[in-house]
Amino acid sequence: MARYVARRLATLVGIVFVISVGSFYLIHLLPGDPATVILGTGASPAARAALYRQLGLNRPLVTQYLVWIGHVLHGNLGVSFISETPVLATIRTALPIDLELILISQVLAFAGAIPLAMRAARRPNGILDRTLSAGSFTLLSIPPFIIIVLLVLLVSIKWGLANTGPSSYVSLGSDWIVNLESLALPSITLAVGSFVIYFRVLRADLITTLQEEFITMARSKGLRQRRIMWRHAFRPSSVALLGTAGVNIGGLLAGGFVVEYLLSIPGLGYTLIAAISSSDYLLVQGIVLVVSVGVVLINFLFDFLTSIVDPRISRE
Amino acid sequence: MSDQPLLSVRNLNTTFATPAGPLRAVDDVSFDLDANETLGIVGESGSGKTVLARTLMGLQPRQNVAVTGSVRLAGHEVVGASTSQLRELWSSEVAMVFQDPMTSLNPVMRVGRQIDEVLRVRHGMDRAAARTRAIELLDLVGIPSAAQRYRAYPFELSGGMRQRVVIAIALAGQPRLLIADEPTTGLDVTIQAQILDLLDSLRAQMGMSVIMITHDLGVVATRTSRLLVMYAGRMAETGPTGDVFRQHRMPYTRALLESSPKLSNAPHTRLAAIPGQPPNLARVGPGCHFAPRCGYATDQCRNDAPPLEPADRPGHLFACWHPLAPLSETTGAPS
Ligand SMILES: Nc1ncnc2c1ncn2[C@@H]1O[C@H](COP(=O)(O)OP(=O)(O)OP(=O)(O)O)[C@@H](O)[C@H]1O
Ligand code: SF4
Ligand SMILES: [Mg+2]
Repeated sequence: MARYVARRLATLVGIVFVISVGSFYLIHLLPGDPATVILGTGASPAARAALYRQLGLNRPLVTQYLVWIGHVLHGNLGVSFISETPVLATIRTALPIDLELILISQVLAFAGAIPLAMRAARRPNGILDRTLSAGSFTLLSIPPFIIIVLLVLLVSIKWGLANTGPSSYVSLGSDWIVNLESLALPSITLAVGSFVIYFRVLRADLITTLQEEFITMARSKGLRQRRIMWRHAFRPSSVALLGTAGVNIGGLLAGGFVVEYLLSIPGLGYTLIAAISSSDYLLVQGIVLVVSVGVVLINFLFDFLTSIVDPRISRE
Repeated sequence: MSDQPLLSVRNLNTTFATPAGPLRAVDDVSFDLDANETLGIVGESGSGKTVLARTLMGLQPRQNVAVTGSVRLAGHEVVGASTSQLRELWSSEVAMVFQDPMTSLNPVMRVGRQIDEVLRVRHGMDRAAARTRAIELLDLVGIPSAAQRYRAYPFELSGGMRQRVVIAIALAGQPRLLIADEPTTGLDVTIQAQILDLLDSLRAQMGMSVIMITHDLGVVATRTSRLLVMYAGRMAETGPTGDVFRQHRMPYTRALLESSPKLSNAPHTRLAAIPGQPPNLARVGPGCHFAPRCGYATDQCRNDAPPLEPADRPGHLFACWHPLAPLSETTGAPS
């Protein structure tokens, strides 16, 4: 186990290194010299000179990278010339919103997918199974932006529920009830997509597991169906589920901006789009770096969970 | 109670609905088993041994399967019993050692927990007592350093050790009947003998009855008191082990004996000395299922199934229109 974790950690460090190089190079990919990219065209010569000195911009790229990564490791992602706020501070306010959205949507998705998959798998091709499979397939084919539009039309406009529509975001710190209301629709939208994936993956694996000899063996011990499902079938069937969840949650962190943009929720996705349209490249760089590292960390975490659920994985 | 056998099977049929039509994997099987007795069930691969074993326990899934006849186990009818009635029998009256120890243990549950789960859930022990008893059982089935093995996962154990764990689980409820379905398939030769000897000594120690299923006559020769030879789901011959070995009347039993794989053969090797293959059970004719492979087959054999008839010695039955002469005169022409 320790060796397995050490090996995975080494891979993790390697990937994070590659990501950091990519994010660093982003600024150099853009047309114009880095100082212009960072400070905008209207910057004074003095400010440009200061930046040149601070980032070592006339030294070789490798040195520039080392200077940059040194700043990053000290929590300094630079100061945006547009908002005149440190990039890290902006990310610090936006990131928790994404985390909250992801947390709520995942709790909803798992709370729906796990019990329903357990029910459906008990009678493959039974009425419940066929209904759920058809329903989940239908949901899978509706793009999230349509779901959110439908939800807004129904919940915020037809039912007139306040605090659920676009631009109604209120931060967790100021009023948590209104905060939850304002995140309800995007959470539900993200939960729907995750639910469908989790339900299908878990159902398929459960059906396979339930054919296994050790399930017959568990029955022959005289255990109740409930116990067989939860103690014997669920755990070995949840390996693929965890892997899928890791990828999916990483995807939500990186790609949740559709719902954020549509409902003006100031999470990272929304902030990123705003930064791109105002040419705030330092902020873009910071968000790309944080999101990419976040995606890698999430996958690492879920890999680790997988190896706990199935101890065979870490002993190879 | 005492004049009643522990297990009494009458006209048992198990039929699967398959795309190719109904498949009768167990066809009119009847036998009795007394307390403390060991019955060997022999037959080639596909002869219905596993299906019979599961039907005896009521473990057969209900979808696409029809079971008729009667299985009385310790006074309870198994055929048609509800799952909750069967649960009461499982583990405390009857337990099974499955064919393949590589697949019959939960791969992600520590073996100790797989044992003490039975003790806690079914036999009401508390955690500590169950743990102590589970370690005792591991010890009983010959697992060295049982207390450490208690925490092992199945993949950390060899095949022989896993099968010992499966046996420990089966013994946990102190069943009156243990059904061992080819308990040594896939294990190497020395381990096979060890496991069989273990089952033998446990039977004596715990006063159980055992049904020992195998395709290997070498296994049952010295370890059973009675034999049931199956062919394509039907009883070919049954009787006291010595009689079946020395005075068999049914040509299939003869063929099986002559081709008997030694303990040293790999499991599931085709019995080379019997020409041809067992029939496809979904499309068998009306007559004796062995007819296509039998040197003595006549039109009568092909048209009518031979009934079970008593041989000279009590308890010895065979199904053949042209039985071999008794006392195993190999040159004797069929009557
Ligand atoms: N669920 C099922 N559905 C349809 N047919 C089945 C099913 N289970 C078993 N059979 C058929 O029943 C017959 C007997 O199978 P069974 O597994 O009992 O043989 P066996 O004697 O145990 O063989 P082996 O020595 O290989 O274990 C085979 O023809 C098999 O294909
Ligand atoms: S009944 Fe006929 S075919 Fe069947 S075993 Fe006897 S002799 Fe052979
Ligand atoms: Mg079998």
